[in-house]
Amino acid sequence: MAHVTLQNIRKTYPNGFEAIHGVDVEIADGEFMVLVGPSGCGKSTLLRMIAGLERVTEGTITIGGRVVNELEPADRDIAMVFQNYALYPHMNVFQNMAYGLKIRKLPKAEIEARVKKVADILNLTDEQMTRKPRELSGGQRQRVAMGRAIVREPSVFLFDEPLSNLDAKLRVQMRIEIKQLQERLGITSVYVTHDQVEAMTLAQRMIVMNEGRAEQVGTPLDVYAKPATTFVAGFIGSPAMNLIPEERDGRKLLFGIRPEHLEPCAQADASFVIDVDLIEPLGADTLVYGHLDGGAADARVAARLHGSVDARTGRLPLRYDPDKAHHFDAAGGQRIE
Amino acid sequence: MVENRPWLTFISHLTMILGILVVAFPIWVTFVASTHDTVRMTQVPLPLWPGHHFFDNLRQAMTKGAYGTGGIPIGRMLLNSLVMALMIAVGKIVISALSAFAIVYFRFPFRMGFFWMIFITLMLPVEVRIVPTFAVVADLGMLNSYWGLSIPLIASATATFMFRQTFLTIPDEMLEAARIDGAGPMRFFFDILLPMSRTNIAALFVIMFIYGWNQYLWPLLITTDNSMYTVVMSIKQMIEAGMMQPQWEMIMMTSLLAMIPPVLVVVTMQKLFVKGLTETEK
Repeated sequence: MAHVTLQNIRKTYPNGFEAIHGVDVEIADGEFMVLVGPSGCGKSTLLRMIAGLERVTEGTITIGGRVVNELEPADRDIAMVFQNYALYPHMNVFQNMAYGLKIRKLPKAEIEARVKKVADILNLTDEQMTRKPRELSGGQRQRVAMGRAIVREPSVFLFDEPLSNLDAKLRVQMRIEIKQLQERLGITSVYVTHDQVEAMTLAQRMIVMNEGRAEQVGTPLDVYAKPATTFVAGFIGSPAMNLIPEERDGRKLLFGIRPEHLEPCAQADASFVIDVDLIEPLGADTLVYGHLDGGAADARVAARLHGSVDARTGRLPLRYDPDKAHHFDAAGGQRIE
Repeated sequence: MVENRPWLTFISHLTMILGILVVAFPIWVTFVASTHDTVRMTQVPLPLWPGHHFFDNLRQAMTKGAYGTGGIPIGRMLLNSLVMALMIAVGKIVISALSAFAIVYFRFPFRMGFFWMIFITLMLPVEVRIVPTFAVVADLGMLNSYWGLSIPLIASATATFMFRQTFLTIPDEMLEAARIDGAGPMRFFFDILLPMSRTNIAALFVIMFIYGWNQYLWPLLITTDNSMYTVVMSIKQMIEAGMMQPQWEMIMMTSLLAMIPPVLVVVTMQKLFVKGLTETEK
């Protein structure tokens, strides 16, 4: 078990492209840290640098207090689960899980005992242990890939979008399994995903990344309640936060309110009125999309309303709790309290 | 195609049967000729049905051989061919798997330069570079040896290229997973890459074995010692048996025997061979 620190990490590719512009994060021992962001934001690059699969251009990575910049992946005491599982197709499940231990020249009996123990944790039957990866379903392969990581008893787990090749239902199930497993084993984990639901549900803390920068580091609820920038505000939450231009004391600002914090009301109480363009009934909720009526700009507004709302009237008066409103600097996108 | 037209079925079968006859007839003639004695083989018309001397001829071929080869038994020449073909096939696979490994997985100066150099040698078949190659082999004292027979034919651009293509289809994550598991480069090569290219190796082995087995010009040049003759070139020597009548039954027996090993290789490895050439899923 170990804490992981990233100090001013930068990555510049040989062609001059700068993928990571200085990330400083400290991941506590046993913490489940999620790196989340849109594709191309550098989250996978960062993970691969921790794993030792990419060279660090600048900065220091330590795992358990030891600087690992120049260490081979195998010497970093980490294990990684890949997006496409990367199971060795010609080896059966047992051999796949035992391969790393075999290379480390562990005694045969110990390898067998360790693999058996992990197989039990993951509910893999003896019959499944003798199968080749291609004879397994997606969920089982995922489990084997995790087993291969667990069996090494590393101090850090690295997950590179491990669930994105699974169908929606299985993804939810595996998400829960990963979370339970991590809590049970208590091993520091870094998990990369582009899926904000995965990030919110799995993370103890999360790093929201954008264009090679860590925009915000914090607990999921913190990030949700107090997004540090307009990027985070728009990225976390679905539908995205409404950002409406406003002017205060001659300063250009963006006023933000989450769709779920809007509620319909009588015309007299309304904070603003929207012209409804589209309605998506989801059963429990109704999504209403519209645009501001007569506002300074023709801003689009989405609202998530409880129950099934009859909003076909064309004009919908809405109100919100001022405590739930956010303000950002229009130019830099920074949060203003 | 699911069609039910009797005349179409008839025509397609007729075409296939004719095709088989065209291919099979020379082999049949070879077989028939190997079952008659020398006297019958000098009379016209040539026999089309087997005679009674198959085992006599076989015994003579295996013990004495025909005139032109100086009394070297066919068995010896079969062995020479087998050793040469195996050395060429195995050597080609080893060398090209290793060079493809270097080109695909290592970053070194002029990497693509080396690749193109290998690739360009595709344009230089043995026949074009035969004189310098002969000089090199002669200077190294490898005339009349298995090394001389096989080494100059071992370098293979085709096989290197095929291995390169196979390695490129193997996802990068495989290498990364192996690195995290602690496998060094050679460990990765033997434990992961080679097993994953199994079918490709089988396909190459079949092609290269037959290529080696069928070598004619090169063995003809560098073997002067009868005991190093290969079976394929010996057939030609038998026909030019000095002042004598060609011993057709011996020649045909030798051809028949020369055909067996490649057929065996193809038949036993056919399944892997086809998989190796067609498989895309990894």
